Amino acid sequence: MKPVIILDNISVRYRAPEVKVGTFKEYAIQILKRQVRIKEFNALSNINLQVNEGETIGIVGRNGAGKSTLLKVVSRVLIPTEGRVRLRGWVSPLLELGAGFHPELTGRENIFLNGTLLGHKRREVETRLDEIIEFAELGTFIDSPLRTFSSGMIARLGFSIATTWKPDILILDEILAVGDENFRDKCNARIEYFRKEGTTTLLVSHNADNIEALCSRAIWLDHGEIKASGSVQEIIAQYQHVQ
Amino acid sequence: MKKLQPIQDVEFTYDSQQRKPPALEEFLDAIKYRDLIYQLVRRDIIARYKRSALGVFWTMLQPLGMMLVMAIVFSTLFHQVEGYVAYVLSGLIAWTFFAQTTSAAIFQIVWGGVLIRRIYIPMTSFSVSSIGTGMVNLVLSLVPLLIIVLIVGRPITWALLFLPVAILLLTAFTLGVSLILSTMTIYFPDVREMYQIIIQAWMYLTPIVYPTNIIPETYRFWFLHLNPMYYMISMFRAPIYDGALPSLDIFVPGALISLITLVVGWIYFAVKADEFAYRL
Repeated sequence: MKPVIILDNISVRYRAPEVKVGTFKEYAIQILKRQVRIKEFNALSNINLQVNEGETIGIVGRNGAGKSTLLKVVSRVLIPTEGRVRLRGWVSPLLELGAGFHPELTGRENIFLNGTLLGHKRREVETRLDEIIEFAELGTFIDSPLRTFSSGMIARLGFSIATTWKPDILILDEILAVGDENFRDKCNARIEYFRKEGTTTLLVSHNADNIEALCSRAIWLDHGEIKASGSVQEIIAQYQHVQ
Repeated sequence: MKKLQPIQDVEFTYDSQQRKPPALEEFLDAIKYRDLIYQLVRRDIIARYKRSALGVFWTMLQPLGMMLVMAIVFSTLFHQVEGYVAYVLSGLIAWTFFAQTTSAAIFQIVWGGVLIRRIYIPMTSFSVSSIGTGMVNLVLSLVPLLIIVLIVGRPITWALLFLPVAILLLTAFTLGVSLILSTMTIYFPDVREMYQIIIQAWMYLTPIVYPTNIIPETYRFWFLHLNPMYYMISMFRAPIYDGALPSLDIFVPGALISLITLVVGWIYFAVKADEFAYRL
């Protein structure tokens, strides 16, 4: 089994002035008065995790336990303060679909913008264009400005672009509630297909049923630390016991 | 927690402990994401003109309109300047490129912050794409500029071949300043507002609408030579307005300032870039 994600002793530490400092002037005054107290806060501490190819790992924990921070570390958005991250392959974070869309551009133009934001070449977007439009079920709307789209259409387009390429590592922050039931089935089918084809998945969800249905293994994050990890049933039982 | 054994026999595509120096990594990634930069430029240009009837022609009309205003307001004051409209317009176009691009870069990094928290993108993309948009506008406004130069009868000479060099140096300087300002904006959002005031003052401190000889001789030297934009404007203006190459005492310091600013800005930004996601 090939490891696809390896986290060695990851810590993410936020250092923030205790009072919010907004301007140069305030900052300068507070430095002079020696009032700036730096508060340190560990969003994650000493996380060790290895995920092998094709595994689907569920991450449970309360709000603020560090789940999203962990996803950010794996999607390379956040460089950990300490520790080592190793990844293999292309990471697709399915968070916040459609971030980066521009309302004045047409659906088609937005596909190019969003596709290249995800790190694809223009040419690659070009070859997948029809597929993206078809999956999003936008029909003739595709050449209208995005501001005329309904929020459901925007979400469908976002999902369609993000999932047209099979990722090596898929990051899911909550199972997606995109569009109507019919479209949701299509989304789930796609994610299911990725998993069958060997995509490694990290799934954060508050819904124990989702985790039990999809994951082979689970970890429980609490106050930035891994409180427990093991089989899904075990972890869910422990977690729900405390809730 | 048990320690994981180091694994040697698999190749990873990303290893947070085997990264290249930040400035180099950022540069290579920006090249890798060149299609994104192209799309960002496209987006800015399309979005700007989409709803207007004259569309991209505004890029050419805008400097002309500005020049007209300046010419009407100041030409009686500075009638000793030959071909005053060409003088103003050449300075104004270079200045507008600098002012608009740096402001856009600050705006872009704030806008991009939303994305930076979610997906990995080389963060210089935002400054570089602002430069791209500015370049398109600059090149388009060269058309009315050259027409005006012909109309007022300034000499068109081989020195025009120097213009691309002047534009590149102006661009390098602008990118350097954009990167420094973007970094500062991440730490102090107020920079964005402050800069709008600074840029206004800076414009009037730079000989754009007035000739250099109205500055009292006693402190003319320092007044001009401490202002990097004086060099940039002079280099841009020389081939267009004077029909000559810039003198060496403009070109040499100008080129040095511009390249050093770019290198310093790029390194400063790249070194700080890892922290951005913590700040945004």
